[in-house]
Amino acid sequence: MTNDAEPIIVFDHVVKEFRQRGASGKGGKSTRAVDDVTLTINKGDIFGIIGYSGAGKSTLVRLINALERPTGGTVTVLGTDITTLPESKLRPIRQKIGMIFQQFNLFSTKTVAQNVAYPLQLDHWRKDYQDRRVAELLEFVGLSEHANKYPSQLSGGQKQRVGIARALATNPQILLADEATSALDPETTSEVLDLLRRVNERFGITIVLITHQMNVVQQIANRVAVMSAGRVVEGGDVYDVFAAPRQEVTKRFIATALRGLPDAERVEAMHRDNPGRIVSVVIRQRDVTRDGGDVPASGQNISETIARHPAVATSMLYGGIDTVTGQGIGAITYEFTGGDADLEAFLAELGERSDLVDFGTAERPVPYEQAIEKGGAR
Amino acid sequence: MIALAAGTTNWDVLKPILAESVVQTLQMVLTTLVVGGFLGLVLGVVLYGTRPGNLFENAVVYRILDIIINIIRPIPFIIFLAAMQPVTIKVVGTSIGTLAAIFPMCVMCTMATSRLVEQNLVTVDPGIIEAARSMGASKLTIVRTVLIPEALAPLILAYAFLFIGVLDMSAMAGYIGGGGLGNFAIAYGYQKFDQGVTWTAVIIMIVLVQVVQGIANAIAKRLLRRGQ
Repeated sequence: MTNDAEPIIVFDHVVKEFRQRGASGKGGKSTRAVDDVTLTINKGDIFGIIGYSGAGKSTLVRLINALERPTGGTVTVLGTDITTLPESKLRPIRQKIGMIFQQFNLFSTKTVAQNVAYPLQLDHWRKDYQDRRVAELLEFVGLSEHANKYPSQLSGGQKQRVGIARALATNPQILLADEATSALDPETTSEVLDLLRRVNERFGITIVLITHQMNVVQQIANRVAVMSAGRVVEGGDVYDVFAAPRQEVTKRFIATALRGLPDAERVEAMHRDNPGRIVSVVIRQRDVTRDGGDVPASGQNISETIARHPAVATSMLYGGIDTVTGQGIGAITYEFTGGDADLEAFLAELGERSDLVDFGTAERPVPYEQAIEKGGAR
Repeated sequence: MIALAAGTTNWDVLKPILAESVVQTLQMVLTTLVVGGFLGLVLGVVLYGTRPGNLFENAVVYRILDIIINIIRPIPFIIFLAAMQPVTIKVVGTSIGTLAAIFPMCVMCTMATSRLVEQNLVTVDPGIIEAARSMGASKLTIVRTVLIPEALAPLILAYAFLFIGVLDMSAMAGYIGGGGLGNFAIAYGYQKFDQGVTWTAVIIMIVLVQVVQGIANAIAKRLLRRGQ
């Protein structure tokens, strides 16, 4: 967000291939989990990496703390090229990188306090310093009274908070979150995300967040990269990507997060109840500058256009405007009815300064995926 | 004169022999459990660790160990005892007596333990190991502070199971002059048609097994209660 961005994690043409197991002997097939990724994550970012399962995002994040080694390219973390650093020299780097997991990965035979103390023991802290640090961390995540419980006695959200406390123990500069909220219910997800935001704000820790949930990115990330089949297909400022997605996969993800756009079932229901043309108008509060060209604001001309076309009847069916990094974004869905010519003229004018997602009429509906992909791609 | 009825068993003579037999059995079983149990633990960790995808992944080492264990384990112990004789002489200096029985017992126990340890370690969630790696723990530290503690409850039950296996092996030690309860039951009970003597030995063994299994269960239960 700041202009004096300082790179903390740099991927340079990184490739990671896995040799397929099972088939005996050499020359087995290999799969490319990460395919020529070049990406820079800056200090202080909450950087979201989003993709469907199998897109390579979990592998990508593990290249940052060298749990996986690249097949090609270089990975630079905190100014050190870790691409070929031997395991023995990785420890100081790994202590500066905390990691939390979808399944929490707490030590089941250690208490909450012992879990949090584990990285401190690895770092040979004095026992009284350990105790003080553990108490401090448990207070920060709000679990002081559970210090002597075992992980099995905690709820999912509490377990993840222990995971966060443990990951923060050695004062890392980077926190890797691998689907950290995917096993949690929506309410707990928000709690954990709030905690992560506090971690970022209070300690200035850079967070790399792997997820398949676009609303997670929307809620806390400031930058995002979209992965598909091992590649980063799109990336940038979160508002920009939300407001002007270019890749189809990105659009599909955004459709799951923005409440403004109706889902396929809702469109079907609207067609059932309303014979007219169902059109969603995308709301974009500001112009968006992206490196393939600028995308203007959208949806700012709805009222005036409607007023100028009295032959077209309008009824508002559905909609919502969300805030992404402090800026409004969303969509409002209307049913427009009128003569064919009137309707086309109206939509043409409306479309001049707004992105439209045209779901067609009840008689001639436009398939959902097609409508979403066409909309906003002007 | 052969004493045919239980009532005529001369316990005054048998008592010291029985006591010596119990001592011999305990000697053999405990030595084997400690030595074989420890070596088996190490071998089991190596087996687990060298498995494809694990901490010390090494397909060659894994294959070789796997084959050796698979060859030795199915050999019936009484035959193994005889087959090992030349090796036993080299290592122990004699092929007769309690010590000569302990050596092949340790070898067999190591093999059995390694397999049990491997099987129990495999059940540890790999995610936990990954978490420890992400914190910068070295591989040996992970084995010591994560892997074994996480698998401790089932490992303790596995060792209790081993105790019974080792006790079973010790009963055959009599064939090479190793003494012990098994030998006592055969020599003074079965071969002298004295059911009372045989059953005395059997009951002592049952009690031994019950005590060990009971202790192991209690420890494992405590460990499991916090782990689940």
